[in-house]
Amino acid sequence: MAEAKVIESGGSPGASGSVDTRTIGAPVLAVENIVVKFGGVTAINDVSFDVREGEIRAIIGPNGAGKSSMLNVLNGFYKPQTGKIHFAGETFPSMDPHFAASHGIARTFQNIALFRGMSTLDNLMTGRMLKMNRNFFWQCLYFGPAQKEEMENRAHVEKVIDFLEIQPIRRTPVGRLPYGLQKRVELGRALAMDPDILLLDEPMAGMNVEEKEDMSRFIMDVNEEFGTTVILIEHDMGVVMDLSDRVVVLDYGVKIADGTPDEVRANQNVIDAYLGVSHD
Amino acid sequence: MELIYAVLVQPFVDMYLDPLIFIETVIKGLMAGVLYSLVALGFVLIFKASGVFNFAQGVMALFAALTLTGIMEYLPDGLPKWLSVIVALGATVVIMILLAVIIERVVLRPLVNQELIILFMATLGLSYVLEGAGDLMWGSDVKVLDIGLPTDIWDIGGVYVEQLDVTAAVAAGSLVAVLAIFFTKTRIGRALRAVADDHQAALSVGISLQQIWVIVWSVAGIVALVAGIMWGSKSGVQFSLSLIALKALPVLILGGFTSIPGAIIGGLIIGLGEKVVEVFWYSVHGGAVENWFAFMLALAFLMFRPQGLFGDKIIERV
Amino acid sequence: MLYRETGQFKRNYAADQQLFPIFQDKILLAAILVVALAVIPFVINDYWSKAILLPFMVYALVALGLNILVGYCGQISLGTGGFMAVGAYSSYKLCTAFPELNLIFVIIFSGGCTAAVGVLFGLPSLRIKGFYLAVATLAAQFFLIWMFNKVPWFYNYEMSQITAPPREVFGFLVSGPQAEPAAQYLFVLGFIIVFTWIALNLVRGRIGRGWMSIRDMDIAAELLGIRPLQTKLLAFAVSSFYIGMGGAIIFHIWLGTVEATEAFDILQSFFVLFAIIIGGLGSVLGSFLGAAFMALMPVGLKVVLVDWIGMVPVTAKHIEFMLVGSLIIFFLIKEPHGLARMWQITKEKLRLWPFPY
Repeated sequence: MAEAKVIESGGSPGASGSVDTRTIGAPVLAVENIVVKFGGVTAINDVSFDVREGEIRAIIGPNGAGKSSMLNVLNGFYKPQTGKIHFAGETFPSMDPHFAASHGIARTFQNIALFRGMSTLDNLMTGRMLKMNRNFFWQCLYFGPAQKEEMENRAHVEKVIDFLEIQPIRRTPVGRLPYGLQKRVELGRALAMDPDILLLDEPMAGMNVEEKEDMSRFIMDVNEEFGTTVILIEHDMGVVMDLSDRVVVLDYGVKIADGTPDEVRANQNVIDAYLGVSHD
Repeated sequence: MELIYAVLVQPFVDMYLDPLIFIETVIKGLMAGVLYSLVALGFVLIFKASGVFNFAQGVMALFAALTLTGIMEYLPDGLPKWLSVIVALGATVVIMILLAVIIERVVLRPLVNQELIILFMATLGLSYVLEGAGDLMWGSDVKVLDIGLPTDIWDIGGVYVEQLDVTAAVAAGSLVAVLAIFFTKTRIGRALRAVADDHQAALSVGISLQQIWVIVWSVAGIVALVAGIMWGSKSGVQFSLSLIALKALPVLILGGFTSIPGAIIGGLIIGLGEKVVEVFWYSVHGGAVENWFAFMLALAFLMFRPQGLFGDKIIERV
Repeated sequence: MLYRETGQFKRNYAADQQLFPIFQDKILLAAILVVALAVIPFVINDYWSKAILLPFMVYALVALGLNILVGYCGQISLGTGGFMAVGAYSSYKLCTAFPELNLIFVIIFSGGCTAAVGVLFGLPSLRIKGFYLAVATLAAQFFLIWMFNKVPWFYNYEMSQITAPPREVFGFLVSGPQAEPAAQYLFVLGFIIVFTWIALNLVRGRIGRGWMSIRDMDIAAELLGIRPLQTKLLAFAVSSFYIGMGGAIIFHIWLGTVEATEAFDILQSFFVLFAIIIGGLGSVLGSFLGAAFMALMPVGLKVVLVDWIGMVPVTAKHIEFMLVGSLIIFFLIKEPHGLARMWQITKEKLRLWPFPY
């Protein structure tokens, strides 16, 4: 049951005065009372929030607040001690990585998790792995159904390559690429999965202004053109405020604010814990 | 049914019926275990200090023993025994230190930032080089190693104990004590532990990796020498020494790669287990299980407790 | 100048992803095949077959198998000798139990048996990695060799040394003492061609990518939906299949008689591992180059050191050990991707030759 909302400009994507015509729907993913502990350290302490279809949701907070851990929970890499995850119409105590991947959740990592021994093209093709299932016998033969499947998926991947403008580095082993390009290739690999939900862990870390603008444009385009829901961890406040529809703020594993960027920006707790006050 | 009886009941009955043989087997096993521990000790040292899994440790023991016997053959016959032993030992120690310097220079330094698996394979290559070099320099026939260690057998109430084994146990024990003190109390020991944790970080506080590695590999070389002497005195110096040393790997898995007491206890367990199973379960397996028992035991540990009895737990972070 | 790609444009993805996209490479491959199929069978003699070509080919097959496991999937295995023994002994049992079965099927089924054993001993790889896994595979190595020595069923209750019975394929004797070198050579060559082609297909498709992703970062692979369990076990299965076939061929065609503790001991495991390190991990070409090197170097050394210089063979053996060990270290330092990468670099230089840049 989706409610169509036309979001007016101002604090939302395309904030230079254009009207935003995306449809933000019902929550597609929600976490409830999640607790994650490692030995004596509580990384996430009773956090709940939801993510609506088609929105860009940011998770912000100081270092060590538990943001990456939250993403790991959503991905299935961490299993929370207590709490529930609502996804795909069901409720789970924890996420299974394979289930997440096969139901449209894709992810990028803070420290790039590309396959260094492979080229850009191969890395992107691994993103198509779930869509490729010609059996072993055909794979041995290659010619025939396996090749057809390979070419179909290659066509998909080429679209992602065009979208991200990484044609020249198709065959380059990713280990040799500069950092900014590696981040883009990693985004490409996540996009190759045709995800419904994209989890981005500091996609702009270590980038200069131009690279950040490129990356922001890609994220916005993905969200607008394909309707992909984006959950985004980011430290650059300008990016967060411009891109996101709603923001969750974590501090020491506890949620201290949840709302639109404007609401969060004005929240005193957030200012104390994280944003600080500008001194003119 | 018969098989179950043979596996689960008969061996314990035999142990009860013939306690002397059981005790002797236990002692023999423990002594063999001590010898494994000696080789494992060298592994642990190098692993603790550099994260390198030195596959060549066993061959280093062989090489050290070969060098020792070779030098002793070389010395003039007229020399009194104790003098030739001291000279040969001294010369071998010098050679092992030299070897450590060469290894650091030629193998370790160029590979300093590579993954550990590459370093492991390099030590595999190193073991071949040392094997060939030792054979080339001193010949590959079986040699007698005699540096004057006591070789008699004591008879303790019907149980035979070889003096050589006891000497080995004492040597191992002293080595462990010395090394433990070295690691925890001295400045160099601390530096070694720092290097083991993180090469780059150690570099950044001014620890000279090269010096540390030369020291570690020298100490490991001396430990290898002791192991080689014990093994060689027992069964002659020959190629199979290096294969026996492969068994130090299961010892490490049992004891944990980073634990010195673990190396000792792991060695004892392996040695004991091997011998007891070999003797008392003979009717079930027909002999020669010593070839694989240690490895199967290690495999079981790897499945259920990969860090061994005393090692550090391995945590992986994304 | 001769070796250039200009003008060789690809019009579709299928052409872009073919095995030998550059025309000159195709010519080279054709030339090699012509020599292999049409020239060698007529000039081959017993010495060349037994000392040079057969060892090269069987070790190439085994190296291909091990490279799939170690080079493409990143799982270290020191149990190669043991798996070769499984191939040899299972082919022996199949031969003696089903005398009418064509040798081709015997070898393939032996590969299958070895694949099953490989999966069994590969189960630990789900929990352990790196040199821990190496030690676990040592368990396989020592246990299997012990088993083939001790359990009389494997050698039909006779001597623990097994001898290959003579068998004909398409009317030509390929095993047993009367077999012609040319027939044996072509028989093995057939296996090489077919299974190399299969290996090439596997590694360039989704399965190969799955293996490589596990090798490079298995955590990330899992989050993409790749199943580490199945992928690793498949690598063990395929790898052991090849290694088992190699063992069976060594038994039937090359050696004729084997004894488990001599022919398939741990030195064999090291031998094949060295072959793929020197040749190039993660490369089909590398498997061939490395196998050629390891199989032919002892022969070359013997000719140089013993025949020409006059050393004692034992000394030559020691030098061989030192040389192999030093080369391993050298390759790991200078060119971890082995001869295959050196060949690639040569080709890149050839693009410019004779111009300097």
